[in-house]
Amino acid sequence: MNAEKQNKEAVIRVENLSAHFGKRIILREVSFQAFSNEITVILGRSGCGKTTLLKHLIGLYPVRQGRVEVMNFSLAGIEEDDYHQFALRIGVLFQNGALLNSLTVAENVAIPLEQNTHLPASIIDYLVRLKLHLVELENAADLYPTQLSGGMRKRAALARAIALDPPILFADEPSAGLDPVTLSALDELFLRLKHGLGMTILLVTHEVPSILRLADRVVFLDEGRVLYAGPLTGALESDIEPIKEFFRRELSLRSLKGSSSLQSRK
Amino acid sequence: MSFSDLKSAPTGKLSWEFRGEELHLRGRLDLQTLEQHRTRLEKELRQFARPRLQVNLQGVEYLDSVGVAFLNLLRVFLPSQVQEVTLVQIPAHLKKVLENFSLPSQKERRGVLRGEWLADFGDQVYRIFQESVPQFFYLMADVFYWSVVDLFHSRHRRKGEFYHQGVLMGANAIPIIGLISLLIGLVLALQSAAQLRQFGANIYVVDLIVISMTREMGPLLTAIIVAGRSGSSIASEIATMVVTEEVDALKTMALNPLRYIVVPKMHAMIVTLPLLTFLADVVGIFGGAIIANIYLDINFSIFFNRMENVLLFRDLLTGFIKSIIFAGLIVLTGSFHGFRVKGGSEGVGRVTTASVVTAIFLVIFADSMLGLLFYFD
Ligand SMILES: Nc1ncnc2c1ncn2[C@@H]1O[C@H](COP(=O)(O)OP(=O)(O)O)[C@@H](O)[C@H]1O
Ligand SMILES: [Mg+2]
Repeated sequence: MNAEKQNKEAVIRVENLSAHFGKRIILREVSFQAFSNEITVILGRSGCGKTTLLKHLIGLYPVRQGRVEVMNFSLAGIEEDDYHQFALRIGVLFQNGALLNSLTVAENVAIPLEQNTHLPASIIDYLVRLKLHLVELENAADLYPTQLSGGMRKRAALARAIALDPPILFADEPSAGLDPVTLSALDELFLRLKHGLGMTILLVTHEVPSILRLADRVVFLDEGRVLYAGPLTGALESDIEPIKEFFRRELSLRSLKGSSSLQSRK
Repeated sequence: MSFSDLKSAPTGKLSWEFRGEELHLRGRLDLQTLEQHRTRLEKELRQFARPRLQVNLQGVEYLDSVGVAFLNLLRVFLPSQVQEVTLVQIPAHLKKVLENFSLPSQKERRGVLRGEWLADFGDQVYRIFQESVPQFFYLMADVFYWSVVDLFHSRHRRKGEFYHQGVLMGANAIPIIGLISLLIGLVLALQSAAQLRQFGANIYVVDLIVISMTREMGPLLTAIIVAGRSGSSIASEIATMVVTEEVDALKTMALNPLRYIVVPKMHAMIVTLPLLTFLADVVGIFGGAIIANIYLDINFSIFFNRMENVLLFRDLLTGFIKSIIFAGLIVLTGSFHGFRVKGGSEGVGRVTTASVVTAIFLVIFADSMLGLLFYFD
């Protein structure tokens, strides 16, 4: 396993990133790495700064203190041309979906394909339907975002985020508002994207079952500090109180049911 | 795939070769390579002259969903005599990708209704007369009822809202209405001056200005400006509140959105529009007086002497009644369209436009109806 890790490249490197809104400090010296073809989960209670961290990683908030490097792009003071190149290689699912309300779901998914490629209409059409099929929304293609439920909006936004098969996918709470069945289908999709297309995925989620299933690595935030960053197994064995607290409930439930899914992980 | 070369736009290699019925693909079949080579590959595919094509994928290292789409859509790029396209020698690691990122073969789309244009047109007309018009009258009745009731129940009013709206709709409109009615007064007098002088009927410019300003131009002009200013803002404010579910929130807090939002606006409008109209009358007549002074040798004292004889209380009353009716129409159309908003931010823009157009139309329509009414009495 170690030998394997040495082969992995860190595609996201964050060093001592700090951020504040006005006088309130939101991120304090955050450092962690995320590796190619892995799923990294960012965890923490709501309001601890996950979305803020994510927006620094995708270059929407300027990096003022510390360093953020994503795929060899250094995001502090990045030039506009470089940012364009960077933006072509990432997919982002925003916490609120951020679909364009004046366009149908299918038109939303088609935006990156039509604006950033020269693919013929037949292939674009196929890809739009494929991506909607992957998130199980093929029947909502012609609806407008306001006609969707919260969970459907999330999935439509995910379809748009993966439209160009980006090497890195950032997803802010994709699971919020989903039923358990759809949730596990979505987990399945993340695994397919990782194994099939070699995607690197950065996920913000609170669903412990999803975390156990998906995460190779977790970053645990608490009031803007990193409490733990490393492989999932390490987090599960951690002695740090908030982390224990976070996993405790779910784990005790599992042991009641006698599930062995944890042991079966290498 | 390696990420270190991602910054310098990855140009993974794709190559191909036609061997008889077989097409051998090698390298990466993804967005980048297809963007680069697609036109050439498509051209060669169009010239393919056999009935069967076997695509050999043995040499393919990487496939993304664009590559999968291309493989699945190959038939589109081939001439029509090609009967059969098969993928052969698929490497194990690509089988999963092909399977996971292909659309299930021709899944039926669930019932999408496509109407005929004539039926659509019929639906539109039906909707206007069966839904919109009655809805408008229901709203009118409701707003009228609550406007009267709330005159005596101050508990349900938003504190300070009447005053706030009065400033927004009335005080802030004073400069523009003053300016426009002055200009209209000037122009009206100027245009008639030339005609009247020919007949030596100079003095009648007073009648003309005073009567037309008080009965017609003053109320109409003011109403049109206010419809553009305040009617649009009423519509967009309400529509935004509907879109962001603020109106729903009000309902669940046991508040009546009509009383909370619309009634204060109605009160403010009914008070301010007549006042604005009066302002327009005065300023417009003053404009006329200036032109009469300069071009028709009628000085101010003659002008105002004559005006005393011409100006009937009835004319002022006519304008006053008109402006109250216009005030109601403007607030009603604004709220009507605001509450009907569909869709998101775009919907807000749409209903705002619709409300201004409807309000101006209704104001002019009502003006002509009232004109007939007052003319015959
Ligand atoms: N634009 C902003 N202006 C001021 N404070 C903000 C802004 N965005 C987020 N915050 C604050 O930053 C903190 C972290 O927010 P966020 O990153 O959204 O948390 P999370 O995504 O973990 O729930 C919160 O306390 C929030 O109030
Ligand atoms: Mg958040």
